[in-house]
Amino acid sequence: MTQALDPAAIPRFPRHVRFQLDAVRDRWVVLAPERMFVPDEQAVEILKLVDGARSVSAIAAELAARYQAPEDVVLADVALMLADLAARGALQVA
Amino acid sequence: MSLSSPLGLLAEITHRCPLQCPYCSNPLDLIARSAELPTAQWLDIIDQAAALGILQIHFSGGEPMARSDLVQLVERANDRGLYTNLITSGVQLTAETLAPLAAAGLPHVQLSFQDIETNAAETMSGYRGSLEKKRAAARDVVAAGLSLTANFVVQRDNCTRVPAMIELGAVMGAHRIEIAHVQYHGWSLVNRARLLPSRAQLDVVTAAVEQARATHAGKLVIDYVIPDYYADYPKACMAGWGRRFINVGPSGNVLPCHAAETVKTVPIPNIQSTSLSEIWTGSALFNLYRGTDWMAEPCRSCDRREIDWGGCRCQALALTGDAAATDPVCSRSSDRPKIDAALAEAVGGDAPLVYRRFSR
Repeated sequence: MTQALDPAAIPRFPRHVRFQLDAVRDRWVVLAPERMFVPDEQAVEILKLVDGARSVSAIAAELAARYQAPEDVVLADVALMLADLAARGALQVA
Repeated sequence: MSLSSPLGLLAEITHRCPLQCPYCSNPLDLIARSAELPTAQWLDIIDQAAALGILQIHFSGGEPMARSDLVQLVERANDRGLYTNLITSGVQLTAETLAPLAAAGLPHVQLSFQDIETNAAETMSGYRGSLEKKRAAARDVVAAGLSLTANFVVQRDNCTRVPAMIELGAVMGAHRIEIAHVQYHGWSLVNRARLLPSRAQLDVVTAAVEQARATHAGKLVIDYVIPDYYADYPKACMAGWGRRFINVGPSGNVLPCHAAETVKTVPIPNIQSTSLSEIWTGSALFNLYRGTDWMAEPCRSCDRREIDWGGCRCQALALTGDAAATDPVCSRSSDRPKIDAALAEAVGGDAPLVYRRFSR
């Protein structure tokens, strides 16, 4: 079981990982060496806020405000989802 | 079953290579330089691939760095949003040759290693100084900030050194390591009795990989490929014929896998006369073993038919004479004794290696 990221942690995509729109299939994908991840709709909204500047808690706060959802619930989801991608080498965490 | 768009393109842009590995996955009939596609044609293939929905392109060969237009091709692929991978022997890779590739947007280099002992590496690659050049290439890739995959090709002679291979990969700064046992097609099929490990040797390697995965968990991706001869069920070759991948060879032949030219019952499509999209959807070759309708028993009623897709068509053809047969690796195949005989024959086999060379 993946351990959730610290709220203060700052995730970013490493240079060799690409988060981009797959225009032909109209979906977002994460591309890495010999790997491809297809994040679900919720994960896409999280990953769009990963910029190497925002912390996990900042990302959660922004999404909580946007969707008028309880921040602690959103934070738990965000911290776990990002931890999963980090464990698979698709995110770096500072 | 509706046909989806392909995800990956293997661009074998040349068969020229300074190495002569006796397990090369290229066909025995290598394409000469004079028959290679021109740059403009490859640029067009890249455009077509992106439009078709391909997301990853693997520049391979032969040695892709043998072509002087590689930078142009990488740049175009990157411009079209394709994730570009360079699959290289590394012997021509230096800080000078890498810099323009990195500037063109290349994110990832996969370097192949024949061994981690100098003499053994030279024996297997047929290239003097190969190991030293590859280690220097690995340093250049990491120094340039690119992602490095170290691919170690495993066979009988070097399988005891797998733990040291993984350590070397980690020390070199690889993000990903492949411990890939030789698969027996083309050149390696010729050399099979000389290269196949024993069951006991395979078990030692598998244990070493499992231990290393635990040690490096979360820091290093270790992919492991066993020789399918030791498996109970076949590999899902290419994730199924014509399901995910397209291979384009040096002369523009478009194939469902790199050995598909051995299938002689239908014409081999070529990009110079037909578009990638037409070949993917409509060619006889891509439709020949697509899906499950072509299957006979035991595949047809098998609960694994959409897991392994019948295994490898080219292996079925090479070993049974029938490309529509169940992959003989499968324990449910009546041809499985052919595999068991090959394993028995390989124990102690010491025939001289046949190196990969262009025929006259």
